[in-house]
Amino acid sequence: MTATAEIFQSDTRELVTFRVDEQDFCVDIMAVREIRGWTPATILPHAPPYVLGVINLRGTVVPIVDLASRLGLPPSVPDPRHVIVITVVGPQTVGFLVSAVSDIMSVSRQSIQPTPDITSESTRAFIEGVIATEQRMLRVIDIKAVLPPAFKEDEG
Amino acid sequence: MTATNDIRQTFFQECDELLEALNDGLSEIDDGIEDSSFDLETVNAVFRSVHSIKGGGAAFGLDALVRFSHQFETTLDEMRSGRLVPTIDVMKLCHRAADHLSDLVGAAQEEAEVDETAGADLIARMAALGAPPGTAPGEDSAATEPELSFEPLGLPIDLAFDPAPIGSRTIKVEFSATRQLYANGNDPTYLFRELSDLGNIIARSDDTDLPSLEDLVWDESYLGWTLTLETEKSLEEVREVFDFVEGLCHLDISEVDDFSNQVAQTQAIGVPDAPLRETPASPTEDKVPSQSYGSSTIVADQPKKAGGSSSKKSSVRVDLDLVDRLINIVGELVINQSVLAQCVDDAGLTERTELATSLNEFKNLARDIQEAVMSIQAQSVKPLFQRMARIVREASDIAGKTVRLETIGEATEVDKTVIERLVDPLTHMIRNSVDHGLEGADTRRAAGKPETGCITLSAAHRSGRVIIEISDDGAGINRPKVLDIAKSKGLVPRDAVLTDAEIDKLLFLPGFSTAREVTDLSGRGVGMDVVRSAIQKLGGRVNVMSSPGKGTTMSISLPLTLAVLDGMVVDVCGQTMVVPITAIIETLRPTKEDIHALGGQNLVVSVREKFVPIIDLGTVFGHRNEPGDVTDMVLLLIESDQQQNWALAVDRIYDQRQVVIKGLEGNYGRVPGVAAATILGDGKIALIIDPEETAEGARPVVPSSMMLDEV
Repeated sequence: MTATAEIFQSDTRELVTFRVDEQDFCVDIMAVREIRGWTPATILPHAPPYVLGVINLRGTVVPIVDLASRLGLPPSVPDPRHVIVITVVGPQTVGFLVSAVSDIMSVSRQSIQPTPDITSESTRAFIEGVIATEQRMLRVIDIKAVLPPAFKEDEG
Repeated sequence: MTATNDIRQTFFQECDELLEALNDGLSEIDDGIEDSSFDLETVNAVFRSVHSIKGGGAAFGLDALVRFSHQFETTLDEMRSGRLVPTIDVMKLCHRAADHLSDLVGAAQEEAEVDETAGADLIARMAALGAPPGTAPGEDSAATEPELSFEPLGLPIDLAFDPAPIGSRTIKVEFSATRQLYANGNDPTYLFRELSDLGNIIARSDDTDLPSLEDLVWDESYLGWTLTLETEKSLEEVREVFDFVEGLCHLDISEVDDFSNQVAQTQAIGVPDAPLRETPASPTEDKVPSQSYGSSTIVADQPKKAGGSSSKKSSVRVDLDLVDRLINIVGELVINQSVLAQCVDDAGLTERTELATSLNEFKNLARDIQEAVMSIQAQSVKPLFQRMARIVREASDIAGKTVRLETIGEATEVDKTVIERLVDPLTHMIRNSVDHGLEGADTRRAAGKPETGCITLSAAHRSGRVIIEISDDGAGINRPKVLDIAKSKGLVPRDAVLTDAEIDKLLFLPGFSTAREVTDLSGRGVGMDVVRSAIQKLGGRVNVMSSPGKGTTMSISLPLTLAVLDGMVVDVCGQTMVVPITAIIETLRPTKEDIHALGGQNLVVSVREKFVPIIDLGTVFGHRNEPGDVTDMVLLLIESDQQQNWALAVDRIYDQRQVVIKGLEGNYGRVPGVAAATILGDGKIALIIDPEETAEGARPVVPSSMMLDEV
């Protein structure tokens, strides 16, 4: 029994959960560097609509992605109540605009279900899987997939 | 492994310095050839540089390097001893050898293969110089081939050589190191290894002074050695091996008859302030081939003592990453300072308050720190110029012209990154000067000029920028020819009438080449336009001045650093943006009469009878769909790569200031028309515009006749 418990333990993922446009999402906590309030971004020319611009994060130029718009939801209208989740993916630092950060939770890998088939291709590309918890559905975001395409040459 | 790599790294850093000194010395000798006014000390210095490189190379087992520097050293030694007179040809060979040596060092550093033939050829030619009449070069180099038989040092034994050539003598060296010798980073092993280059060596250590373990002081030196050397070399040459440790050791060098232990000559080198000890073991105890001490392997096992090298230069080596970090942090400090200043300003505190005064002081300090930190990254252009000297040598050989390079202002300091990126364009320009700028010897003589062409390379600081000039005393730009070529290549219309300055600028057009045939050196069709764009990427400009029959001067004007930039802070549709000052020729507020429509939405502004297309930055960057009213805006006149002018329309100019450059590529990617970003006083990010790219990207369709004034 003890052995099983250990496997269970090591198989746990810690996730940061947040809300975007009334939907619950989460990302792996290891990708999150910090969470900060919204500050107006400097607009980047020729950027995709979901890239809100760049902000100054202690001397580093960090692009901000409107997660709602990126996930195909109605674009957010940023206001001071919005929150930026600063993530580090590989060598890059990118911020994601979300409505609110709710919680940090541990879930076992087994409890992450595959994304249901009914969703569109583009949504499924961004969602690793879903978790059922307390009457809610948590969508696990594949952070690499939602990066601005400037990093991913293959995407148009 | 890391420690070895560190030492290796240090060796190559030292090599750079030594090669620099070597080239310096050779040039100095060059200057003194005609009146034989060069200092013997210069030759000595040159010799020492090569010698040190050889020594270091041997320690890292860089055979090719050692073999080559050995011959080079021999030749220099001939010169040093006065047996070889440095003529122009000899010096040419020495320069070649120095170039090859730096190639070898470079190759060793990158662990790459070197073309051995070039080196072998040079070795043979140097050997031929150094060989006394009647001696074939082959024999000479064979005799100088290291003969090694000292097993404990781990060097290969070459049994093919007779260990005791006829006419050799036996020299006995008694050597004991002081602790200072180790503290200075010397190691007897290297000395012995060098001795073993001179002939057959037998080494025995003397551990009679070694105390018992409990009395042993860890960093004291207890060991002495008696080395018996069979060599053809003189006592003097043996003594030279110990040149670098003079005063740091007890040294007794004497010549002995083979089987009697008669002392022929004794010399002790004094040790002024090191603990004195008796010279160990009297000579009578050593029968030459005997192995009475039996502990000779201790040489190789000798623990390495404190390895700090005693650099005579008052400088420290700092990791570049560290400097980068420091520059970044100082950048933050400057930004932070302006944020604070803005806060104080917003709070409505007047100039008189103590806070404002302190803040002003803070501002000055921040600026001072920034300048100091920037100067850390600054490097003199000397290594760059030395590289160019080599280019001149190579290029003049290929072109068959004799060329002298004069350098002025070698001490001028420029940001390291700028220097690195200057190598290619400068190489190209130098080659151009040799190939196209200077005439052949016959033409020069006919024109009443000395046959040797002269290229001057100069660097100087001028109003916060660096000016690098390349002048030749050649024929100058053949303007009718240039114009003809430009016309025949369709670069300018057939009937165009251009001023001299405009014709000179044609050289920078893409696809322009005046050479009748493509030569090895230049004229590959990618000419000065590449140079020009490379310089412009550095935020610089290139200019050319020429007077027929007298020569051509190309001048490059560069910013001192790539970390900061002088920018015009402007407003574009509510977004703050920065335009590099270097790109801006002038700013103007157009009147209605100056603006002319051209086609659908395109506008041009007339500036002194020229029509310059207007680019509305707001539209280009997508901040608005319809161009604003130009008469309400400010126009920044910029010049593009092809000498075309553009007028960038911005809503207003805020300020002109120095900004810290922040890359966008790291976290996002390249944005067309944007060079980088910067952080403003309010902590917000402003984008730095790449004016040329913006203009290229937004190039409106304008009939080419409108542009002709500029081309």
